[in-house]
Amino acid sequence: MMVRIFTTLMALMMTATFSLAQQGPLRIEITEGVIEPLPFATPNFVAENGSSAEMGVQLTRVVAADLQNTGLFREIPATAYISSVTDFGSAIQYPDWKAINAQALVTGAVNVSGNNLTVKFRLYDIFSGAELGNGLQFQGTTEGWRRMAHKVADAVYSRITGESGYFDSRVVFVSETGPKNKRQKRLAVMDYDGAGVKYLTDSRSLVLAPRFSPTGDRVLYTSYETGFPRIYVLDVGSVQRRLLESGEGSISFAPRFSPNGQTVVYSQATGSNTDIYTMDVASGRSTRLTSAPSIETAPSYSPDGNNIVFESDRSGAQQLYIMSANGGEAKRISFGQGRYGTPVWSPRGDLVAFTKQSKGRFHIGVMRVDGSEERLLTASFLDEGPTWSPNGRVIMFHRETQGAGGRSTLYSVDITGRNLRPVRTPEGGSDPSWSPLQK
Amino acid sequence: MKLTTKVILMMGALTMAACTNAGKLGGGAGDGAFGPNAAGNSGLIAGSASDPASTAYFQQAVGDRVTFEVDQSSLTAVGRATLDGQATWLLTNADYTAIIEGHADEQGTREYNIALGNRRADAARSYLVSKGVPSSRMQIVSYGKERPIEICSEEACYAKNRRAVTVLAGGLTG
Repeated sequence: MMVRIFTTLMALMMTATFSLAQQGPLRIEITEGVIEPLPFATPNFVAENGSSAEMGVQLTRVVAADLQNTGLFREIPATAYISSVTDFGSAIQYPDWKAINAQALVTGAVNVSGNNLTVKFRLYDIFSGAELGNGLQFQGTTEGWRRMAHKVADAVYSRITGESGYFDSRVVFVSETGPKNKRQKRLAVMDYDGAGVKYLTDSRSLVLAPRFSPTGDRVLYTSYETGFPRIYVLDVGSVQRRLLESGEGSISFAPRFSPNGQTVVYSQATGSNTDIYTMDVASGRSTRLTSAPSIETAPSYSPDGNNIVFESDRSGAQQLYIMSANGGEAKRISFGQGRYGTPVWSPRGDLVAFTKQSKGRFHIGVMRVDGSEERLLTASFLDEGPTWSPNGRVIMFHRETQGAGGRSTLYSVDITGRNLRPVRTPEGGSDPSWSPLQK
Repeated sequence: MKLTTKVILMMGALTMAACTNAGKLGGGAGDGAFGPNAAGNSGLIAGSASDPASTAYFQQAVGDRVTFEVDQSSLTAVGRATLDGQATWLLTNADYTAIIEGHADEQGTREYNIALGNRRADAARSYLVSKGVPSSRMQIVSYGKERPIEICSEEACYAKNRRAVTVLAGGLTG
């Protein structure tokens, strides 16, 4: 049965627990849980005609990289294979795959016909000697081949872990060049794995902190195009942008969409005071949610849209608070040593990711919505700006290195604190925002 | 089988980079744009620092910026003295308007630093208003940590980056 793979993975994902050292450098000690990744094999997808061979190889590589990069799976090199898969329909030689310790086998077939691409795949549980789920087929254009590979990997991930995948998703971010005192920034969008970068603005105006809409078709961001920070909304497809908020005599920044995409929550400064507001996108009507003389900023909605987590220095230093989406009294949730900022509510609703500053170091961390079970996932000179993968398993953020030659790079890390890895981009990267899974 | 593994994240040695002084910055419009021939001219040349009505004079002789303590937006005694000079100059040279740019050092998160820079710019503006400069002649903006003038990651640089800069616009020679 499929039970074996499933239980191994669940143990891997669910039972890891951590204790944080309170002093000295950050240290995460995994005291329970299996950390051995699950071995899998992905023979090159079978070419159904002569013009499909190269596509078959490329597609297979993307599927394998998606799975391998989660840290939950380990690809068995093709040189170890005993069996080969030359026909998508033929029977699987389970003993041959068992002998090389493959626990999962992904097979596929590719058919390129003009601009049309068809991809089929099957997933096998080797130790149970059975197919896991039914074969699936995706159809599209050759141009969209990467997305089809990500869809295959999402299906494999989902069947084995019981959770939804995150590979067929995009990230909008700020692409950076130049030294710190002459940094040029422009908006860019890419696949979650760094492929297919497309620039959405030029670098004539300083741009900051793009945020995807819940459907991934629009992006909110802050631009200094007018000389003052203002909030814009940009259509990813047409790259058309419009000024969303133009309050005179004030500056506006830190926008995010509500889960239904109809409201934007943001910060506006009037005089010395920064507060949180919402705006109805259709009517442009704004509502003030906070009115303390302190700084209130970096708001983020809960997935049900009922609450907003934000940061405030009303206690004397940056801390995290939760209030109703209509404003009103806020409840403080962060109480540890140091300062907490940039809270982002997880897509599952149970966790808040944040940036923490403590003793001259920056950390990305997560805590439960009630402030309990704080876990720091990273530590460096400057880690900042977490964003959640669509399934709430992975966090992407940016890390700026120290000193005159400081440079910003995107990273991802599991919410277990494992699998920290750079996300390769053509230029420096900051302020990532992860899209939902694409339809 | 029980497996115990220790994962230690990011304990790379701290390498301290030397502080370099960047002369100019490309960011805030007037920030750091010192005139090329400020000294050595005996005659009054319109627009040069020897012209008391010039932007260059304001930047160099009056002082166009005040700095702040870590996380603070309250003015220091030195800052107030500089702003006293700015107020006198702005009242004398009534053709000029100003945008006051607030800035933060890199030791903070992006959004918070924009709000903090805004507080600093407003502190400078409020002081100038208290000295009689009409608020209608001044606007504020914050760049947060986006436009440092010094690029080392040490307090010597941070101290210069935590600033509010009065950038002039308009005026006969501006």
